[in-house]
Amino acid sequence: MKKEARLMQGNEACVEGAIAAGMRFYAGYPITPSTEIAEISAEKLPYVGGKFIQMEDEIAGMAAVIGGSLTGLKSMTATSGPGFSLKQENIGYAAIAEIPCVIVDVQRGGPSTGQPTCPSQGDVMQAKWGTHGDHPVIALTPSSVKETFDLTVRAFNLAEKYRMPVLLMMDEVIGHMREKVELPDPSELEIIDRKRPDCDKDKYIAFKPDEDLVPPMADFGIGYRYHVTGLVHDETGFPSNSTKVADQLIRRLVDKIEMHKHDIIQWEEENTEDAEVIIFSYGCVSRAARTAMKALRDKGVKVGTFRPITIWPFPEERLLELAKKVKTIIVAEMNLGQMVLEVERICNNVTKIDRVNKVSGDIIYPEEIVAKVEEVL
Amino acid sequence: MEKYEVRLSGSGGQGLLLAGIILAESAIIEGKNAVQTQSYGPEARGGASKSEVVISDEEIDFPKVRNCDILLALTQKSYEQYNHGLKDEGILIIDSSVKVADTEKHKIYSAPILESAVNKLGKPMVTNIVALGTIVGITNMVAREALEAAVLKRVPKGTEDLNKKALAIGYEIAQEAMV
Repeated sequence: MKKEARLMQGNEACVEGAIAAGMRFYAGYPITPSTEIAEISAEKLPYVGGKFIQMEDEIAGMAAVIGGSLTGLKSMTATSGPGFSLKQENIGYAAIAEIPCVIVDVQRGGPSTGQPTCPSQGDVMQAKWGTHGDHPVIALTPSSVKETFDLTVRAFNLAEKYRMPVLLMMDEVIGHMREKVELPDPSELEIIDRKRPDCDKDKYIAFKPDEDLVPPMADFGIGYRYHVTGLVHDETGFPSNSTKVADQLIRRLVDKIEMHKHDIIQWEEENTEDAEVIIFSYGCVSRAARTAMKALRDKGVKVGTFRPITIWPFPEERLLELAKKVKTIIVAEMNLGQMVLEVERICNNVTKIDRVNKVSGDIIYPEEIVAKVEEVL
Repeated sequence: MEKYEVRLSGSGGQGLLLAGIILAESAIIEGKNAVQTQSYGPEARGGASKSEVVISDEEIDFPKVRNCDILLALTQKSYEQYNHGLKDEGILIIDSSVKVADTEKHKIYSAPILESAVNKLGKPMVTNIVALGTIVGITNMVAREALEAAVLKRVPKGTEDLNKKALAIGYEIAQEAMV
């Protein structure tokens, strides 16, 4: 089948990816610059037998997504900074109750209502630590419209595979920009569905993990009776005050990711073989980094790029290998220095680390990165 | 390599985001790559608005305009705000209501875009389509057939003739502006 190239917006690609991955429930509260995700979901879900609901606020949107997923429907919500803050408590609930779901944050300038129509990458640490307590986190960050489609599919797959909330960290530029894309045929996509129990209904132990640390999940309401709570619980799902149970549960939730990190972590690197300087960036900034790299290579400067696609868990093994070979890593991001903290933690004793930061509401331009590279060389 | 960086600027409500989308789609119809981005204030109407389109035969990395080849300014404010970003050999297309600075050195085409939409078509909402006709009439950056196909794909049913007329008027005032 010939694929048609078309102009598509990042937010639209997110919905296309979600539906292709099997999203059949969306709950949320619209907020710029993510609003098109809600609008297009409302328009498209009925055609595939899905449901859309606009809730009274972002907190309720996240809660409804948890409920929808418990009944067996792949569920998603989308928001931006202020709403991402509001959703945090329920994201923690989804983490401890092991509810697969996808949360999209199209980042805008903060704090508070900040700059509604401007891009930012100020929520990347909130993605890791926004909800309280130790918990597993998977966060993906796309740098193009096509990749937004791909990573939305992947976010659902990872959520289903590991029974947990997965965050798709977009930014205003990627969410709002339109570019030429050719979407894959749905039959070419790998779609993962959650493990469901195959035992008798009265034998089901809802939170008893398999060897992969992931418990099979029964759709609520079909006869597998179990208890769901945000409290620490034993394998039956009922609350427990046992220190042993608490220790086992929290460690298992976190180990679930640690055990499978090689399946989860993805990155992209270019021209790193002979690089003396590596530009580290993610999301829309990596587009500026690539332009900067090409301009510098034209001048004979040995520069490469490293782009984490999965930001949490962080691709630290590969970055450390590269750090040992280069003089400097420059971390370019639209915040005052967030992911750079992780780069410093991993590479501080190995190479020099420098920064390009911006919080004006404008994207980082290639020239700003070029200037920094020339300064450090 | 042929590459155009285009900035369409004016005030919110003039339809410039849609104009940018249509321009990008015209380029895709011609088999080129195109990226469209936008910037606007929190207000729905009246604030400054710009839509940017980068068109290239090659892959487009950086999505925003850096060296503007073509600037459309429909308002005085947008002219003053974005003029400095237009490269020296760039083309400035302004509505005839815009007064250019004495120091203005760019190649200028002034056309009655806003007035034509109101007086010749009686519909201020086709301002953006008149503007597209004007830009393409002056620059030929995409083929007229591709532009018309892209316009007709995006406009509401029943307004096809109105929009074709809007394009024709855009080409006409472009011709006059080039004399």
